[in-house]
Amino acid sequence: MAMSDDAGDDVAIGNETDSKGRLLTSDGRPLRAALERANRRRKLTAFGLVTPLLAFIVIFFAYPIVQMMWRSVDNPAVIEALPRTLDALQDWDGEELPSEDVYRALYEDMMADEELPRIEQKIGPLAVRLNYEVSAARGAISRTSRNVDEFEPPYKEAFMDAHRLWNDTEIWRIIEREGRPLTASYYVAAVDAEYNADNEIVRADENRRIYVSLFGRTFAMSIVITFMTFALGFPIAYYLSSLPMSKANLLMIAVLLPFWTSLLVRTSAWIVLLQGQGVINDSLVGLGLIGDDDRLSMIYNQTGTIIAMTHILLPFMVLPLYSVMKTIPPSYARAARSLGATPFTAFRRVYFPQTLPGIAAGGVLVFIISIGYYITPALVGGQDGRMISNEIARHIQSSLNWGLAAALGTMLLVSVLILYWLFNKLVGTDSLKFG
Amino acid sequence: MSASGTDDGFVVFDKVQKSYDGETLVVKDLNLSVGKGEFLTMLGPSGSGKTTCLMMLAGFETATNGEILLDGKPINSVPPHKRGIGMVFQNYALFPHMTVGENLGFPLEVRGMGKSDRETKIKRALDMVQMGDFINRRPAQLSGGQQQRIALARALVFEPELVLMDEPLGALDKQLREHMQFEITRLAHDLGITTVYVTHDQTEALTMSDNVAVFDDGRIQQLDPPDVLYEAPKNSFVAQFIGENNTLDGVVKEIKGEHCVVQLDGGELIDAKPVNVSNVGERTRVSIRPERVEANKSRLAEDAHTIKAKVLEFIYMGDVFRTRLKVAGNENFIMKTRNAPDQVRHKPGDMIEIGWMPTDCRALDFG
Repeated sequence: MAMSDDAGDDVAIGNETDSKGRLLTSDGRPLRAALERANRRRKLTAFGLVTPLLAFIVIFFAYPIVQMMWRSVDNPAVIEALPRTLDALQDWDGEELPSEDVYRALYEDMMADEELPRIEQKIGPLAVRLNYEVSAARGAISRTSRNVDEFEPPYKEAFMDAHRLWNDTEIWRIIEREGRPLTASYYVAAVDAEYNADNEIVRADENRRIYVSLFGRTFAMSIVITFMTFALGFPIAYYLSSLPMSKANLLMIAVLLPFWTSLLVRTSAWIVLLQGQGVINDSLVGLGLIGDDDRLSMIYNQTGTIIAMTHILLPFMVLPLYSVMKTIPPSYARAARSLGATPFTAFRRVYFPQTLPGIAAGGVLVFIISIGYYITPALVGGQDGRMISNEIARHIQSSLNWGLAAALGTMLLVSVLILYWLFNKLVGTDSLKFG
Repeated sequence: MSASGTDDGFVVFDKVQKSYDGETLVVKDLNLSVGKGEFLTMLGPSGSGKTTCLMMLAGFETATNGEILLDGKPINSVPPHKRGIGMVFQNYALFPHMTVGENLGFPLEVRGMGKSDRETKIKRALDMVQMGDFINRRPAQLSGGQQQRIALARALVFEPELVLMDEPLGALDKQLREHMQFEITRLAHDLGITTVYVTHDQTEALTMSDNVAVFDDGRIQQLDPPDVLYEAPKNSFVAQFIGENNTLDGVVKEIKGEHCVVQLDGGELIDAKPVNVSNVGERTRVSIRPERVEANKSRLAEDAHTIKAKVLEFIYMGDVFRTRLKVAGNENFIMKTRNAPDQVRHKPGDMIEIGWMPTDCRALDFG
């Protein structure tokens, strides 16, 4: 407590000489130190209460996210597998095929890798990594590395005989470019771009552009879903807020039902309702509203995704709206009407603006949830109802291009954060009311 | 009351009834007339129907039966926003998302008034309640009393001829409330507006109003100026509800015009003024105000009946003494005496004799 002793002296002097000096307690200790001691126990309690959840979040949420973001730029494969080749490539002009030295270095790298125990071999991961950049690379590398122990100098011819890829400057350009610990190539791919022969980033061929339009579609669908939940949720929330508690709770159960129903049951229900031979189409045909040949396709496409997700996310809109509307006393609308406003004007000018915090909270919730939604689009989305998260899942589960998945995920995360920041600038998060 | 008679009042309730459930009447056969420029208070306990009446007048509730007239025209089917009635709500109902200026501009704006006219009127209304400097504040930044003033200004800014107030001072502390009572009455009289004011606070009703309508059980029990109401209550309910009141139960022994003798249940005889009794032998409840009880025999008439009382408690309250007595079995009989040099300060246990002017003791209905 040396510090507080010092402070004590200061205060004692300051108190005598300066009226602005810090105060002392009645027994002469500095007031600030006394207050700190009194508060320490309270702080410890607060810390103890928060720590378990904080640790949980750090370990299972923050750390994996950082890991994911790291993976989107991490690039160890080439460096670890081909240290000699990279060294030799430093003198390469990049115009013609590299010299014999480079091919010999490649031979040495491959031979050195053969010596390693199988679990530490690096050529396999290298083949996978290079295959993301040029699709023949995996075959070329694995075939070459199988036969490399039979290679005789000159190695240049031997490699070129083993696979035509070694006869192409492209593979050497890629090895040189990716021979660095960090890479941008996953992000380049994620924005539908690629490197050209001069190592410049250009837009990919039109038929290979996927992700930008998928991001666009994901955003557009999320906006439509957010608007739909608002359009359906606002009236019901308004009605609920005007009911006595017991009735409101009963109706609230109906709103919350999608939360409590198994996804399998819900999905089956949507299929029964929405499919070509489903309840809705059959009814419409039966009523003669549409012909038997032009039945509406409402599932396994964008429409299906929007209908199903609106259904699921409705409670996220209704609950914040309801909780905000519940706090708006009816006397406001009455006051507006007594002041001469028509019922519509009273609603527009007095009631509606007061529900904005609820609309904003519900809108942000629904939009952010739907932008990353995976399961429903996967089940009822078909081809054009898929969203960006389905593509991320595909790269993690089947194509195993985790770097690209991480890049797409990071872009999704950053765009949500940007939106939230924009929203905060425009509306102010302190006006949000989640419930 | 309006000089020209009930039917020509500015606001007229004509045989109005109101029921919410079709089985019980909240308002039973209400007849009331408020003259132009009059300050009328509806006073009553909660559930007596006074707020319902106000809501019917404002148009937020419809009368189940009967007619409400405003300036001679029936308004039962006129929606609230076309009635042109200013209203001050219990919780003020200032729009939280608008500034004070926007709140006041709202009624003018929906009436299609131009910007410059609006600004002049807003300024005048704010000056009227001494809140001119607060035009750009939000309601949440104001104290209760300031919000109250803004609510008042907003109800007056579009110059309505009738203003309704629904317990507007209920949320204020005592001192502020008393100040606002004075200010509201001053404004109402200066502007010559007709005011219908609802409260359950009798002091408020007595100090502010030209006339007070005492509500109970869906009916007006008495409609009179404050002094009449206090000094000459027409029935036991009004006597109990307005001011402090002592009651004694008994039977009428003798009636002679404006004077009667009542025999209390303990056998004592007292003088009273028959108000709600007409026959000898009828049960009655007599009511005497504490400040009209006299313990000094020399101040009573010579033949006046007196009654024995035992002092239970003596409370010194500064300007007055409050003596709790046991009279004819009633242990809560209060006598209030002015703090004067010659005033006796009774001690608990003293036996004294009390009496009163017969006119101050009103023989009313029995409960």
